[in-house]
Amino acid sequence: MDRRNFFKTSLGATVASAAALAAGGVQARPNLDPAPEAVGMLYDATLCVGCKACVSKCKEVNGMPPVPMGQDTHADFALDLSAKTRNVIKIHTEGKGAVKDAAADGFAFEKRSCMHCVDPGCVSVCPVSALTRHPMTGIVSYNKDACIGCRTCMTGCPYNVPQYDYDNPFGQIVKCEMCNQKGVERIDKGLMTGCAEACPTGATLFGSRGALLAEAKRRLALKPGETYAYPRGDVRKPDSFHEKAVPGYQKTVWGEKEAGGTNVMHLSAIPYDKLGMPPLGERSYASISEGVQSTLYSYLALPVVALGGLTWLVKRNTSGEKEGGAE
Amino acid sequence: MSHHYEALDRRPVLTPFFLLMVAIAAIGTIFLITRFVAGMGAVANLNGGYPWGVWVIYDIVVGTALACGGYALAVTVYVFNKGRYHPLIRPALLTSLLGYGFAGFGAFVDMGRYWNGYNIFLPWHMNTHAVMLEVGLCVAAYILVLFIEFSPTLLEWLRKQTGWQVRAEAWRKLLDKGLFFFIALGILLPTMHQSSLGSFLIAMGYKVHPLWQTLHLQPLLAVLSAFTMGFAIVIFEGSLVTTGFKRHPETHLFTGLGRIMMGLIAAFLAFRFGYLILMGKVGAMFAFDLGSVMFWIETALFAYPLYVLASPVMRENGKHLLYAAVSMILAGSLYRFDGALITYNPGPGYSYFPALPELIMTVATIATEIALYLFIVKTFPVLPREAHATA
Repeated sequence: MDRRNFFKTSLGATVASAAALAAGGVQARPNLDPAPEAVGMLYDATLCVGCKACVSKCKEVNGMPPVPMGQDTHADFALDLSAKTRNVIKIHTEGKGAVKDAAADGFAFEKRSCMHCVDPGCVSVCPVSALTRHPMTGIVSYNKDACIGCRTCMTGCPYNVPQYDYDNPFGQIVKCEMCNQKGVERIDKGLMTGCAEACPTGATLFGSRGALLAEAKRRLALKPGETYAYPRGDVRKPDSFHEKAVPGYQKTVWGEKEAGGTNVMHLSAIPYDKLGMPPLGERSYASISEGVQSTLYSYLALPVVALGGLTWLVKRNTSGEKEGGAE
Repeated sequence: MSHHYEALDRRPVLTPFFLLMVAIAAIGTIFLITRFVAGMGAVANLNGGYPWGVWVIYDIVVGTALACGGYALAVTVYVFNKGRYHPLIRPALLTSLLGYGFAGFGAFVDMGRYWNGYNIFLPWHMNTHAVMLEVGLCVAAYILVLFIEFSPTLLEWLRKQTGWQVRAEAWRKLLDKGLFFFIALGILLPTMHQSSLGSFLIAMGYKVHPLWQTLHLQPLLAVLSAFTMGFAIVIFEGSLVTTGFKRHPETHLFTGLGRIMMGLIAAFLAFRFGYLILMGKVGAMFAFDLGSVMFWIETALFAYPLYVLASPVMRENGKHLLYAAVSMILAGSLYRFDGALITYNPGPGYSYFPALPELIMTVATIATEIALYLFIVKTFPVLPREAHATA
């Protein structure tokens, strides 16, 4: 084969694979749909008073010690998610930080824990199925006996939720499993998540994704200043209500559609990016990545055909070399 | 065969340079032990937002691309039947074997739950959608294939050891029957996992800077750049061996490889710029932030070899070929570092710069590879015999 053919063939192969990928991009699977009995939570930042009862309850339920500040151990001083903290309340301040939920010179609370994505990136990228989405509840759980510790889940999570314990030579991934992991199983027992149960203001509500989304949209439809009876506990059977003036909400429910949506949804009065929410479109990156992988590797068809062609070419091009020159 | 290749066995192995490499490797070993006793946090600055640092991005993502010499030459010699490049193939296979072997080792060191590592080979654990599964299986298989491809060299050495001649001959005959299949595999496997190293970035989504987040084009750009780096590494390594061991240059062969590189770089740049322009990312190119500055440094490093290789005079000059190769190696390495680490941004609250022990471990890995390379070329018949190379 002369040089001209070399380039022709190389270019042909390149264009063919690019075309296959472009076509694959068109055929890529859509975002996953929510699990049929998806459970989740709704966190309304405007109701949160920053008491961190949810953080404390989470530690208790999961048998994890509080994070001290120096010698001070009277409260949990966790600043962010870590291998020691599955749920954390953070504070955003701007300017003087004087007015709650105001964009200028204001402050706002934000709860960070696993969002339990409808189309979870961590599940899609895990090579050994250590992270799984429950087929009925949609809960994203972790199996440390399957996990090899490659930490691809951490790169694939848009919210930086999975945390690896770097300080332990036998560390594991830690993330919120909606209080339903082996040994805890609160959801299976008919209980709600620890954080939702502990929340005194109903800022963290538990329930089915459908009911929570309906509740969130109900709030967005209210006029700011109106009085609304906010439920506490499980949105489907609230423990109690408290009346409060409706704030000026942002006009979207975070998690309805972002990257395919989440089972843990948020409401806020200030823009979501200020609360540290990532810049996401509606398409999940998992669906794009899986589209490319399945175009190239579905049933190993392309690799097998390629191997057949390569084997034939190599055999032909080495058959002339009698003295075992093929190496 | 023995009249094609020679071991540089008249040269001493224990040179001061060799001992320096061993010393660096020894320092790295101390930190390596620390990592397994005290955990990764004791030696590395990895955190919740940056789970992958220099170990993954250099040792695996960049390191395996630098080990693509065997791949690039195998395609040239066995697919496009260009037998005249045959003398270059053993040293290229050796660097590939070392590069991939240590990438596998690096993956193990970085693996947070390495005792579960075998799960990747168990079908009931496999997630076939995961890029990491493809990379893990494919790299593991390729290390084995590279060893098989390199084994004729070892058998040739074994044949000369007293008492082993008959067995070495028999194994060689057996190997010859199936070698063509392993060569074909040795072309398919790098095409697969090198493209996957690009696909990794798709699922990272917004964390990858817009100038590197090319979604569907990721696998193509990754495999194209890796393949091109393979040729550059062959030229680079060949030039070092020529200078270091004062051997005859193989410039006439490198010129040919350079012409192939030229086409590949042009294709890479065309695809990359075409995509960025079509996707309306021209603004990001000229934002003059960290991303755009790195992008133009990279582009300059890609463009320089194109400029050198396009000149019929310069591409026949050994020195210019070496410069072009070095520029290409830097370009391809930076392309990987930039996308996966330097401009990688998981959002507010996280930053990463490698810890000193973390860096030393990576440097120690490179030193070990260099020491092993020197030992092997002085013991086994890897380098082309002088008379043959200049014929």
